[in-house]
Amino acid sequence: MKNNHKFKLDIWGIITLLVVVGYILFLIFPLAMVLYQAVIDKNTGEFTLAYFSKFFSEKYYSSTLFNSFKVGGLTTILSIMIGAPLAYFFTMFKIKGKKFLQILIIIASMSAPFIGAYSWILLLGRNGVITNFFKGIGIALPNIYGFIGILLVLTCQLYPLIFLYVNGALKNVDNSLIEASQSMNVQGVKLFFKVIVPLIMPTVLAGGLLVFMRAISDFGTPMLIGEGYRTFPVLIFNQFMSEVSGDDGFASAIAIVAIVVTGIIFLLQKYASNRFSFTMNALHPIEEKQLKGFKNIIVHVFSYLVVGIAILPQVYVIYTSFINTKGLLFVEGYSLNSYKQAFSRMSNTIVNTFLIPGVSLVIIVLVAVLIAYLVVRRKNTLTNSVDVLSMVPYIIPGSVMGIAFKIAFNSNTIAIGGFALMVIALVLRRIPYTIRSSVAILQQIPMSIEEASISLGASKMKTFFKVTMPMMASGIISGAILSWITLISELSTAIILYTGKTRTLTVAIYTEVLRGNYGIAAALSTILTVMTVISLLIFMKVSKGDGLSL
Amino acid sequence: MSVEIKIVKALKKYGDNTVISNLDLEIKKGEFFTLLGPSGCGKTTLLRMIAGFNSIEGGDFYFNDKRINDMDPGVRNIGMVFQNYAIFPHLSVNDNVAFGLTNRKIEKKEIASRTDEFLKLMQIDEFKDRMPERLSGGQQQRVALARALVIKPDVLLMDEPLSNLDAKLRVEMRSVIKDIQHKVGITCVYVTHDQEEAMAISDRIAVMNKGVIQQIGTPKDLYQRPSNLFVATFIGYTNTINTKLKNKNNKFYIEFGDIDVEVANIANDVKEQDVIASIRPEEFYLDEDGLVKGKIISSVFLGLNTHYEVKLDGVENTIELVQESSIDNIIPNDSIVKLSIKKEKINIFSIDGLSNLVRD
Repeated sequence: MKNNHKFKLDIWGIITLLVVVGYILFLIFPLAMVLYQAVIDKNTGEFTLAYFSKFFSEKYYSSTLFNSFKVGGLTTILSIMIGAPLAYFFTMFKIKGKKFLQILIIIASMSAPFIGAYSWILLLGRNGVITNFFKGIGIALPNIYGFIGILLVLTCQLYPLIFLYVNGALKNVDNSLIEASQSMNVQGVKLFFKVIVPLIMPTVLAGGLLVFMRAISDFGTPMLIGEGYRTFPVLIFNQFMSEVSGDDGFASAIAIVAIVVTGIIFLLQKYASNRFSFTMNALHPIEEKQLKGFKNIIVHVFSYLVVGIAILPQVYVIYTSFINTKGLLFVEGYSLNSYKQAFSRMSNTIVNTFLIPGVSLVIIVLVAVLIAYLVVRRKNTLTNSVDVLSMVPYIIPGSVMGIAFKIAFNSNTIAIGGFALMVIALVLRRIPYTIRSSVAILQQIPMSIEEASISLGASKMKTFFKVTMPMMASGIISGAILSWITLISELSTAIILYTGKTRTLTVAIYTEVLRGNYGIAAALSTILTVMTVISLLIFMKVSKGDGLSL
Repeated sequence: MSVEIKIVKALKKYGDNTVISNLDLEIKKGEFFTLLGPSGCGKTTLLRMIAGFNSIEGGDFYFNDKRINDMDPGVRNIGMVFQNYAIFPHLSVNDNVAFGLTNRKIEKKEIASRTDEFLKLMQIDEFKDRMPERLSGGQQQRVALARALVIKPDVLLMDEPLSNLDAKLRVEMRSVIKDIQHKVGITCVYVTHDQEEAMAISDRIAVMNKGVIQQIGTPKDLYQRPSNLFVATFIGYTNTINTKLKNKNNKFYIEFGDIDVEVANIANDVKEQDVIASIRPEEFYLDEDGLVKGKIISSVFLGLNTHYEVKLDGVENTIELVQESSIDNIIPNDSIVKLSIKKEKINIFSIDGLSNLVRD
């Protein structure tokens, strides 16, 4: 479609303006406040770069930048090294129990990372089950705390994303490409590197970016298992939240550095994937082959091993939720005591866990569909800027978003309540994904369907709600369920913005873990996992096995 | 109710790129009018300007005396049939056809009876409760037509409606469309790139190229007296031969090597000049007394006709010659044949290809 829609103040024009105002108020304004605090001295009110020079000159602070990069970079590389071959095996070969493994991978990718961290502590920590087992037979396992632990947890958590991305891309590779290569005697490993890798490169880059962003902005994992290995989000949180040395200005400066860094990486990735991008559409998808002998064993062992490791923390948490506890310790015997205790402490947490993400979800879907429509069908300069604005939260770490909101809306001038604030923050953070998927759905619907409706005398709004929306419905619903899952397991923004009244399940789990109430934490985590699994099952029912896009 | 369409000095721009400029067109009431041309010639753009889906950068568009430039598509009272049919996939056949009526203040009973009427007219009443995905291409096409016509539009606009159908169905739907248009008596603007389809269906055709109308006329006019070389080569197949036009005693001839062949219907005041002769394959015929000599290069037997590729003496490129297939043998390659030309059918274009020197 050509860029031929001049701005008109019709119903869509009004919606465009409303969306712009919303973004100015809830995105531009808080970020501007962060920037303002970062460069203005609190006491003198003058312009200063002192916060930035403090950050870069003191190794204690600046090393967090390097640490975050190290975590993000290595996690991304490891995730690709595990996720891409796994997806390749799943596409090319017959593997027993493949469907089941796939569901496990999706569950592993959907759970909150910090739950993985805490479960790994139970398994491999100082007093962990596996550690003690090996100690019993005289082998000392390496220390899980610090960098290694973060890497382990995040890789287990994030390689499933690469798997899902690459799996989707491989579905679009036509079998004839494979056959053509084989007819030219390019097979096996050579086939993988010469044909498959270049074909899935754009997907790997996009997935890699997502993994990198999640890894460097993850807050819970380094907090729990890092033990002194300090990354960016931890530093921001500590600087902002600590009551003793809390320094908003300094925290803001770090936040600005974080945004600049993630922004640069986002642009680099975009540049790279534009250079590699091409469209594929498989008439005949790749057929899976039955492997024989040694190769078959290798493929099976690899697949079951990596999936097993990824799902292990979830399973172990569920197991521990049924163990009896005494004080902070697990003791012999099984019961539902942890659940009883958990429920007695939850008060409104469960309600919040449905209400906050629920309200957010409704807003997300409605606004995302409207924005997608503006971007696809009403291309003009203003809607283009809406498109860009809506993508900005994609590169902003959750904790940065949290403090930006806290700074902007907790003052005396503009006060927005806890509930509304959390909803708005969640909406902003999740909406880029929903917009992208809605845009993709909308581009599949030919323009002429809407024109047919309009030529038959239907109004613009009637056309949208009676024709466009119903056609998008199944895609929107499955996207909404995925959003739902990410919303209920969100921690990094919630941990900064929550108040006594707006505590969510993830916040509750996190605080119980910090207090050492592992039994209660396990029970709560199990509840969260069950909610996730049920949502996933509904998703699969609705999307009829369509690919999972995040 | 059908209307006459008048377009005066239409202008269409995408950014700085002018696609159509200074285009005038009049379509008569109740006429089946076709915009024909190669892809990118502006025919669909023009149709969508009439429909209101493309903005109009200049000029005036009228339905009868009513200027429609600034009217929304929904109030122009048009029926539109799209290339991909644009059937609403979430609505049943019946609801698709009734959709346009529900946007007007019409009673439910009336909606039902009018919907039924057109479902019957298009012979799809037996599918009325089906969802579109369970219809064949031809059936979807019928739904699209019924949906466009049921609102009793002033104009029926069709954008390559048959191009997604297979060849046999295309021919069948061609007559269905023509029939319906005749029954309803509605002004119809039809866009296609298929010249055979255009000839079969239209009362009049406008041949377009690069945003400019080359010629407007009946199918017979366009084929037999194309107004320029583009139309001659776009409509059907023709042999083009670069040659000289000579005047001997007020009779005109074209040169084939040493031989001069007479041509008819050229005005006396036309000067001798270099020209391009356009002679269709069927305008040559084998003739014992023919003046033109040639050698058969190859032949293709196509059932009804046999096509020969012939090298004529004194003509650089080979020409195509069509003969009705006879029960005798096909003329073998390398045979020398004598040909005559139906002189009244020959068209002679100026060397730039822009004008036809032949007048009736």
